[in-house]
Amino acid sequence: MHEMSLAEGVLQLIEDAARRQAFAKVRTVWLEIGQLSGVEPEAMAFCFDAVTRGSIAQGARLEIIRLPGTGWCMACARTVPMTEVFGECPACGGHQMQVTGGTEMRVKELEVT
Amino acid sequence: MCTTCGCGTDEVKLEGGSAGHRHVHGDEHVHADGTRHSHEHGPDPAHEHSHEAGEGHGHSHAPGISATRRVQIEQDILSKNNAYAHENRQLLAGQGIFALNLVSGPGSGKTTLLCKTITMLGGLPVAVIEGDQQTSQDAERIRATGAPAVQINTGKGCHLDAHMVGHAMNRLELKDDSLLMIENVGNLVCPAAFDLGEAHKVVILSVTEGEDKPIKYPDMFRAASLMLLNKIDLLPHLDFDVDAAIAFARRVNPQIRVIQLSATSGEGMDEWLQFLRDGLASAVAAKQETVDSLRQRIAQLEAQLASTPAQG
Repeated sequence: MHEMSLAEGVLQLIEDAARRQAFAKVRTVWLEIGQLSGVEPEAMAFCFDAVTRGSIAQGARLEIIRLPGTGWCMACARTVPMTEVFGECPACGGHQMQVTGGTEMRVKELEVT
Repeated sequence: MCTTCGCGTDEVKLEGGSAGHRHVHGDEHVHADGTRHSHEHGPDPAHEHSHEAGEGHGHSHAPGISATRRVQIEQDILSKNNAYAHENRQLLAGQGIFALNLVSGPGSGKTTLLCKTITMLGGLPVAVIEGDQQTSQDAERIRATGAPAVQINTGKGCHLDAHMVGHAMNRLELKDDSLLMIENVGNLVCPAAFDLGEAHKVVILSVTEGEDKPIKYPDMFRAASLMLLNKIDLLPHLDFDVDAAIAFARRVNPQIRVIQLSATSGEGMDEWLQFLRDGLASAVAAKQETVDSLRQRIAQLEAQLASTPAQG
C-alpha cells in the first residue's frame, strides 16, 4: 500500500537528518518494517529508488529489517505470533486478538559520508 | 514547491489557487548553526561526533578520503504526517469542532450520504473537505447544499495527508462548535495509515459491494471506529449477507460500531445524525472545560496578585 508516499517520508527524514548532522551522501538506509504494517518490501525498494533519484540518497542501498507480527490472544491470555491483522490464534483458533507488534514502519539507521 | 516544507504544490492542488502557506511547521526547519562541518574525516567508521558549536577538532584527518559513519534515526516513517495531524487536532479541539475522516472504496455513496446528512442536520454548521485525484465536482455538490466545501485534488496521490488537510482547514475558516467532514479519496487501502487529526475514521461500505471487504481490506476496517452500512434500501434486490459483513468487520476490529442506513430512503439516518450530534456535544464540552479551567486559573492568579502587598 502507498509505498510511494512512505518512500517520500523516508527521504524527508533523511534530508532532515542531513541538515542536522551535516552529511552529503547516504550509502545505506536501514528500515524496520513490521510484518503486519501492510508494506511490501519489494514495492518499497522500487519506490525508494524512484524517489531518491537526484537526492543525497541516490543509489543508496536499502536494507529492510522485517519485524515479526505478534498479538495478544484474549482467550489464551498470552502473546502469540500473527501473520495477518485479522489472523486466528495459532493455539486456540479464536479471533479475539489484539495486535501487539509488527505494525512498525521506521527509519532505523543510516550509513553516510 | 513549498520551500519551507517541500510539499509539492505542483502535484497537490487546493481549489482556488495556492495553498497560502500560513502554517507554522514546528521546529524541524530550525537549524543549529555552527554545527556545520566541511572537513573530511579519516577512514574510521566508528568515528563519532557530538558536533557542538565551537568544539575544537584536534584530531588529524587523512585528506581526500571520506569515511562512512552511522547515524541513528529511529523515527517513524509517518512521523511528519503525525506531527501535522497533531497540529490539526489541537486546532480542532481549541474550536470545539468534531471532525470525521470518511473513508471507503469508490462508489460507496459517500458524497450522496454527506449531502443528505448536511440537509437533515438542518442548519447545524458543517464544513467539508473533499479529496479526489481530479475534478471539483464533489465539492460543488456539497456547496449546492449550502455548506462550505474545499476540494483537494491529490493528483497522483491516493490519499489525503494531514498537511494538505491543514491547508484546507485554513481555507475554510471553520466556525467554532461545528462539524468538519473530511471525505477522503475513494480507496480502501492507503488512507488507513494517514491520521488527519480527526476524532474518528468512519468507513462506509455499501451493500452493492462484497460482504467480505472488511477482511480483504483489514487495515481500513481496523483503523475505523464506525462502519456505515449504506444503501440498505437495495437489500431486497441483492444477495448481500448483512450479518456476515458485520461479523467480518468485527473479526478485524472487535470494537467497531455499525450503523445500517440508506441515504436514499432515509432509513437509519436518525442513528447516524445522533452520533454526529453526540460527538459535537462532547467536542464542545471538552473545549468549554478547557476554557473554564483557564478562567479559573486566571481568577486564582488575579486573586494572588491582589493579595500581594504592593511594593513601592
